[in-house]
Amino acid sequence: MSADLSDLESAGAARIGGAATLEELRAVEAEVLGKRSALADMTQRLRELDGDERRKRGQEINEIRARLQAAADARRTEVEEAERSARLGAEGMDLTEVLPGHGRGHLHLVTQTQAELEDVFLGMGFLVAEGPEVESDWNNFEALNMPPAHPARGMWDTLYVRLNEPESTMLRTHTSPVQIRVMQSQPPPIYIVAPGRCYRRDTPDARHLPTFHQIEGLVVDHGITFGDLAGTIETFTTAYFGPAIHSRLRPSYFPFTEPSAEFEVTCAVCKGEGCRTCSQTGWIELGGCGMVDPNVFTAVGIDPEEWTGFAFGFGIDRCAQVRHGIPDMRVLTENDIRFLEQF
Amino acid sequence: MRVPLSWLRDFAPIEVDPVELAETFDDLGLIVDALERIGEGLGDVVVSRVLEIRPIPKADKIRQVLVDAGGGQTVEVVCGAWNFSEGDLVPLAPVGAVLPGGFEITQRRMRGVTSNGMICSGRELRLSDDHEGILVLAPGPGVEPGVPLVEALGIQADVVYDLDITPNRPDALSIAGVARDVAARLRVPFTLPAPLVAESGPSASTMASVTVDAPELCPRFTGRVLTGVVVGDSPSWLVRRLTMAGMRPINSVVDASNYVMLELGQPTHPYDLDLLPGAGLLVREAAPGEIVVTLDGLERRVGGVPAQPAADCLICDATGAPVGIGGIMGGASSEISRQTSRVLLEAAYFAPMAIAWTSKRLGLRTEASVRFERGCDPEGIERAVARFCQLVVGDGSAPGGGSVAPGLLEAGSGVPPRRAVQVRTRRVNAVLGTQLGDEAVRGYLDRIGFASIPEEAGVHQVTIPSWRPDSEREIDVIEEVARHHGYSRITRTVPRAPQVGTLTPYQRQRRQVKELMAGTGATEAWTASLLGPGDHERVGLSGPYVEVENPLAREESLLRRSILPGMLGALAHNAGHRHPELRLFEVGRVFHPPRPGESLPDEREQLAAAMAWAVDDAAEAKRVWDTLASSLRLQGVELVARSAPGLHPGRTARIVVADTGDDLGMVGEVDPAVVAEHGLEGRVGWLELDLGAVAVAPRRSPLAKPVSRYPSSDIDLAFVVDDSVPAAAVEGALVEAAGDLLEGIGLFDVYRGTQVGEGRRSLAFRLRFCALDRTLTDQEVAALRARCIETVEARFGAQLRG
Repeated sequence: MSADLSDLESAGAARIGGAATLEELRAVEAEVLGKRSALADMTQRLRELDGDERRKRGQEINEIRARLQAAADARRTEVEEAERSARLGAEGMDLTEVLPGHGRGHLHLVTQTQAELEDVFLGMGFLVAEGPEVESDWNNFEALNMPPAHPARGMWDTLYVRLNEPESTMLRTHTSPVQIRVMQSQPPPIYIVAPGRCYRRDTPDARHLPTFHQIEGLVVDHGITFGDLAGTIETFTTAYFGPAIHSRLRPSYFPFTEPSAEFEVTCAVCKGEGCRTCSQTGWIELGGCGMVDPNVFTAVGIDPEEWTGFAFGFGIDRCAQVRHGIPDMRVLTENDIRFLEQF
Repeated sequence: MRVPLSWLRDFAPIEVDPVELAETFDDLGLIVDALERIGEGLGDVVVSRVLEIRPIPKADKIRQVLVDAGGGQTVEVVCGAWNFSEGDLVPLAPVGAVLPGGFEITQRRMRGVTSNGMICSGRELRLSDDHEGILVLAPGPGVEPGVPLVEALGIQADVVYDLDITPNRPDALSIAGVARDVAARLRVPFTLPAPLVAESGPSASTMASVTVDAPELCPRFTGRVLTGVVVGDSPSWLVRRLTMAGMRPINSVVDASNYVMLELGQPTHPYDLDLLPGAGLLVREAAPGEIVVTLDGLERRVGGVPAQPAADCLICDATGAPVGIGGIMGGASSEISRQTSRVLLEAAYFAPMAIAWTSKRLGLRTEASVRFERGCDPEGIERAVARFCQLVVGDGSAPGGGSVAPGLLEAGSGVPPRRAVQVRTRRVNAVLGTQLGDEAVRGYLDRIGFASIPEEAGVHQVTIPSWRPDSEREIDVIEEVARHHGYSRITRTVPRAPQVGTLTPYQRQRRQVKELMAGTGATEAWTASLLGPGDHERVGLSGPYVEVENPLAREESLLRRSILPGMLGALAHNAGHRHPELRLFEVGRVFHPPRPGESLPDEREQLAAAMAWAVDDAAEAKRVWDTLASSLRLQGVELVARSAPGLHPGRTARIVVADTGDDLGMVGEVDPAVVAEHGLEGRVGWLELDLGAVAVAPRRSPLAKPVSRYPSSDIDLAFVVDDSVPAAAVEGALVEAAGDLLEGIGLFDVYRGTQVGEGRRSLAFRLRFCALDRTLTDQEVAALRARCIETVEARFGAQLRG
């Protein structure tokens, strides 16, 4: 290659490499590769040469043009990238300085607990049943094998409502009246849980609220046994509390079940080792259960010789207290956002 | 029921470890509330005599005490109690002693003085509740410095179980009954002694009489006459047992009666026969409005309660004057005193329901009433009376002396016979899920006194013992089998439900509403369902209410008609804790009086939301409603401006179903005055929905609508209309006029100002048109535009704004 061409190429390449902006690059391109460039000029002047010389020089010029064009293209990409980086760099932001929005709200812990419990039983093929919070004496007590003045009525401190005959209408003291409503409205088999708000005439303390939430279960079918009850309770316990938590049944008394039991679960705090929460027993009392008393079946018109069943009930709030280690249950009704937003 | 282990051992040789025994109790359903070890940890405590008390310089609450600890040893301790003086005998726990509860005594220095032990209070030793001062010991034989305290006081180590007895087990309200149950489980023999009574002197019937005029209230009434009784203090062993069982000693006769009740479960009542007019007892129904003065000194009005199915039962003297309320509490007039010499002991069987009614109505629960209302053993009267006589007259070791007059005075219709029920082994196994044989079933029952005779293979005739009134059916007997077999030994199985578990559409909607509300930034609250009249009045609500008959407080005397008071209260609580910017919601019931023909209240489940972010107002509440309505796929629902109690009169709308006029709820803003009344600032948006009504409100079709592949055309139309014309009405007219080619419509600007004139505003809508099968021509769009303008102008007197 002739020295003039070689100089021309290196000068052009230097100019292209020196272009700092796209605008500059465009100007340099025009200057180096455009119609009025030295290269164009040389192409023009090829005519002045003869055959072989002309072809050879023409080829050299074309090669130089191609290389310079490639250098310009490469430079353009570089400059574009640099400009883009500069632009994005300039609009960069500190994401930790962003002002917080209000965000999503929180469902009440009792709602979350209730939904989880419902879901465990839905998974076992139960339906969810509901009933009114104000009930008749018949549904709340009498059909549950507690005639008036039955000593067991003393187990529930009742808030009566001023309607109908005196002491005939009350705020339900448990969700058990839903059992009665379901058994009266459909034939067995019945597999239901009934969650809901209940009331007792009592003052609140760390472990009891006068208004509270209970979930009741009822199964009525052919061949249902106490073993089915114990197995259902155990299945629920491990599903809700986790595989390390187990259940046990202790004889107890409820007028509407026979045999009756209270059920306890492994203390979640000490995992059964014994601690202050469980009074060193390793167990936490959760609820009551038993086989449906034949008198209850008779009251709702189900033949106790054909069908057997079990029922269980426990506090939803109490469940939440045990699982989340809440020292004083009253916090559930205070509606303090500092508590609610933890869940 | 407090049960000392030593007392249990009177009836059964129970040798298991006390903790294991507690497990056995639990397993039988006699739930152990507490296990107390009496006299434990006192081994190192000795009697000491206070020699000298010295003040400590610069200390006005503590003093230095020098005590003689026996064996010539003087111990210096520092003490903060002031109730003793030099020469007194006090318990000393020397350095190294470990007191009940694991408290170890160490050498300590206080105010420069060394304390080498501790002189103790009754509570520190777990001997009494007294923590006012040091336990000062009464001088007596054997109470000398250096003597171990347990020896000096004759304390015997014991274990007391505090059992929680369920209401169906009156038999377990006695030491013997508990022993019977636990002996059966432990497979040790149970023996119930039958005390023999040596009778002497003139026959009882010559001295006293008993009559029952109300056998339905008191089927069996007996009397025993004891003469020459000297009333004194009970022997120390009896006092110790009563005390451990939680009763206070009174005198030897009353104590014996209480002792028998605790031991055998049969309440008895001793009368001073010489103070009983007519020397006899009469049982009768109370006359209407009669007054009885009970032992506690209170006047009790009894009788004539028409709503009560059983009459009140009175115990009267032979002249008919009341001396007590049968089975519940005696009267003061014939009380046993230290002067008593002739005792008439009453032991009766009362009808449980009658006792329950009277006790409940009078609010009077006693050890006796609890046992009678649950059902005492009607066949246990003789044994209880004999035991009482043995304790009072006995073998001469009791201080009373005296003798028992021959004959048990007896009145009433007699006690019910023992029942027998048929129990099928097949049924036992069907209920329990066990595979027990006939022998196993009968074995469990025989050991607790349920005598059984095989009727045929698999069928037993079981006689219910008289002390188990709760047991009357086959199922009750099955429970006894289960209890004694052990609940934990029953194999666990899981039944298979015949259905898939699903929520109802309503339940799914409730969950969805809660999630949607949380999505709008609101947090769920749980406010009280029971409110006071004032809470309602403060938000402008008045009755009629559903009222609570027996509220604990006036503030909890009404069932809420609205969630508004609770929500505002919750906002105020949080504002008070410096969280004023909050959105809260609740899903809960509100209560209205029963609808005609119904007996229960009209309960409705509502969603209520109160929005108190800085930006919140009626407009934000409306946007929250839009979110809900759209997510719930509601259709044909409109807002109608309307005021409501507690809400802003100009910024509230009812949410109604257009076709039916059904009310779904309200949206808007809380009345600023109500906001201020609750101590809140700024505007509070409000949304209230009746979830039952929402569940049945019309929904958009679930069928998919095709989406056009052709370009759409937008037109913007701004109309100037009167303020009285709702924007929703203009939008409705546009939708109607635009027809099927309308793909979407939205209000995008509202302008008020001089350009449009007073009382009017400009509403700007963007309409998007599109056809499924073609691109719309300019002519088509122009025609639609013209039709829209024409319709709105004609219907609302609106002007198109150029």
